[in-house]
Amino acid sequence: METSQYFDVFIDEAKEHLQKMNDILLILEKNPKDKQHLHELFRIAHTLKGMSGTMGFNYVLQLTHEMENLMDQVRNDIFSIDESVVDLLFECLDKLEQYVMNIESDQTEGDNISDNLIQELKTRVNGSENSNPIANETTQQDTNEGGFPSAFNADEYVRSMIKKAEDKDYNIFRLYICLNEKCMLKSARAYIVFSTLEQNCEIIYSDPSIEDIEDEKFDLCFELAVITQHSEVEISQQLNSISELDAVEIESINSKNVITKDEGEKDGFSTPALLEMDSNETSNSAKDEDQPKKARAGKTVRVDIERLDNLMNLVSELIIIKTRLEDAHQMTQEKSISDTTEQLERITTSLHDAVMKVRMVPIERVFNRFPRMVRDLSKELGKEINLIMTGEDTEVDRTVIDEIGDPLIHLIRNALDHGIEEPDTRIRNHKDKAGKLKLTAFPDGNNVVIEVEDDGKGIDTEKVKAKAIANGLISESQSQLMEDKELIQFLFHPGFSTADKISDVSGRGVGLDVVQTKIEHLGGEVEIESQPDKGSRFIIRLPLTLAIIQALLVNVESEKYAIPLNNIREISTIKEEQIRKVQGKEVVLFRQSTLPILRLSGILNVPPLEEKTQTDEYTVVIISHGDRTFGLVVDELIGQQEIVIKSLGKYLNGIRGIAGATILGNGTVSLIVDTNSLF
Amino acid sequence: MSIQEQKINADMDQFVIFRLDQESYGVPINYVEIIEKVTAITRVPNSSDYVLGVINLRGEIVPVIDLRKRFNLPDSSITDESRIIILTVDYMTVGILTDSSSEVLNIPKSQIENTGTVLSIVDEASIEGIGKVDDRMIILLDIHAILDINNAES
Repeated sequence: METSQYFDVFIDEAKEHLQKMNDILLILEKNPKDKQHLHELFRIAHTLKGMSGTMGFNYVLQLTHEMENLMDQVRNDIFSIDESVVDLLFECLDKLEQYVMNIESDQTEGDNISDNLIQELKTRVNGSENSNPIANETTQQDTNEGGFPSAFNADEYVRSMIKKAEDKDYNIFRLYICLNEKCMLKSARAYIVFSTLEQNCEIIYSDPSIEDIEDEKFDLCFELAVITQHSEVEISQQLNSISELDAVEIESINSKNVITKDEGEKDGFSTPALLEMDSNETSNSAKDEDQPKKARAGKTVRVDIERLDNLMNLVSELIIIKTRLEDAHQMTQEKSISDTTEQLERITTSLHDAVMKVRMVPIERVFNRFPRMVRDLSKELGKEINLIMTGEDTEVDRTVIDEIGDPLIHLIRNALDHGIEEPDTRIRNHKDKAGKLKLTAFPDGNNVVIEVEDDGKGIDTEKVKAKAIANGLISESQSQLMEDKELIQFLFHPGFSTADKISDVSGRGVGLDVVQTKIEHLGGEVEIESQPDKGSRFIIRLPLTLAIIQALLVNVESEKYAIPLNNIREISTIKEEQIRKVQGKEVVLFRQSTLPILRLSGILNVPPLEEKTQTDEYTVVIISHGDRTFGLVVDELIGQQEIVIKSLGKYLNGIRGIAGATILGNGTVSLIVDTNSLF
Repeated sequence: MSIQEQKINADMDQFVIFRLDQESYGVPINYVEIIEKVTAITRVPNSSDYVLGVINLRGEIVPVIDLRKRFNLPDSSITDESRIIILTVDYMTVGILTDSSSEVLNIPKSQIENTGTVLSIVDEASIEGIGKVDDRMIILLDIHAILDINNAES
């Protein structure tokens, strides 16, 4: 079968399943007795097995198969989940992730890296088999001749159906049907089986699902459960009249020998009409529960991010045109045009919002890999960690999701390694033995705030000071004058680490500067709050949208510049005589504090206009960043405008003082001032 | 001066020809996106002095290089004849400002000479060779060298 077109779908789904597997393993580690999650895990392995089988990825297939076997035994209480089992399953998960990554990049699984694991899984399974011979059963699909697998696994839905059928005294049969090996049209033959059965029965369960069977995604055998008023013999006769069936086994079942699988309404069966007619009340409630689930699943569409980018670009173009129309309108002053432009404004704004929303994804996508990471790290470091995550449903732009992971990993590793103390130190300091790591996300106006907080020892500012002096960043005397807050900023210097010894986890000094660069690249900022012995908190503030922002347009000599509005605290005027020089730098006393003054024309080397009216009053745009503030002298304010941020391109990358460019209403290009870089 | 035959099976190469201070120059046509009239150019502070600025090319921001400055030729003002040739090199779009540009020439590979030491007009590193078409001498430019791409990447 030509499968290349399914690669993307396969990879997306496989990743989703692996993530789920990860989550469940973490839960199981805490609650080894949790059967529901075990079943879920089993189902995921099973789905992965099926998927990879179809795509011809045999290593994944083999590995998931063995995982299934192992879990099947756990499920049947042959042995219980302990730490070693979870570790083993985690290892399997890692290998599966590796395979999926390989498939994503090269479309092949790469080398076989799971042989040892498979052996280990097999030993475990066989080991317990010897003590319990019943466990020799594997999953349904794989036992072609073995007849029925050990137990009938049904989800909650099927189970309730069976119960209801029992109450009504219907017969419930479990059918195991194998097609003849030479059967050419398997799905057609299966269809005949279904249609024959449906004359007298309601099919409530099918493994593989009916859809899979229709698509011929099954070997030769399938398992069904039916509710009927007819007897076993009658059903058997009917089935035996169908040709090309190798084996038909019928077994009567009742609700007691059904294991709950709890997997939602996987096969998409509706409540059988038989039951519905008789027991309106009960079945309706069951139906109500099921339907919203189904509806929700049907409403999402996977869209290539490139198409969204394209859409976003078009919206940007539209906004530029809108601005141009507004400009034109200001010249004509015609009423009818002003109405139209206003309407256009409203529509473009909602369109922009809508497109932005489409691009938004819950930050969960980034957060969900952290529990595992924290688990592994805490084991490695011998520290006990409680990870608390809140606000996972906070939505951020897709581009942010892709970029924010690494900085967060850095901060978490830092917190675990440097922040949180060894368990005995903690006990000595009357803290909980287990350290607390809090990961919080919440929207804040046009920003998204992500906080990484630990209750560890906090940042040792004395150590930072000593290190800063040692590294020659400040002099001894300068350090005396600096506040703790300023000192902490040194942590963001390249190559700055206060760790005494380098560990695998952190301490190499290539950390926080990278974090800061990355965050600033995304248009955000990082702050640190720290209290000795109470812990530290890293606050990341990111703009909701990266592409379109509000900006203040200003004139500097003959040039126009845009200053992002979110950095502007206020706008004021100052008189020439107010400006004082301190150490060669201009400052003014503004609202009882000294405000450094920068002249935009100087920073950007703007060529002076020849005939310039001399004024002794300056317009100052006050920029603030965290707790640092400065005033930017401009010549004239033009106004506030929605601007589309465009990159200057690879060729002009990294120009000091410039964050990008935008296209104004008249089609000319205006540069966006990078206020961050002016400090 | 030595004439070096390039490849035997190589026949023709197409070049976009432009003028800059009395000389004709050529760039390989496969790098050329489009030739534009000069529109409003926005100066970019803190960039190389030969970067003239950026233009709005149908919604894209494209940097423009002043080739006269790049080659240390005397400045001249922008006229109606001036053209910006938009090039795409290694996924990067850059425009070069030229005095005029109006033709595309086929130059047989056999008619392209290595420069040796004949030229003192422009930076030698940016010259790929000299193409001869009839009586004309066309200076063929090495785009990568002009844009300093090699420096940036290696």
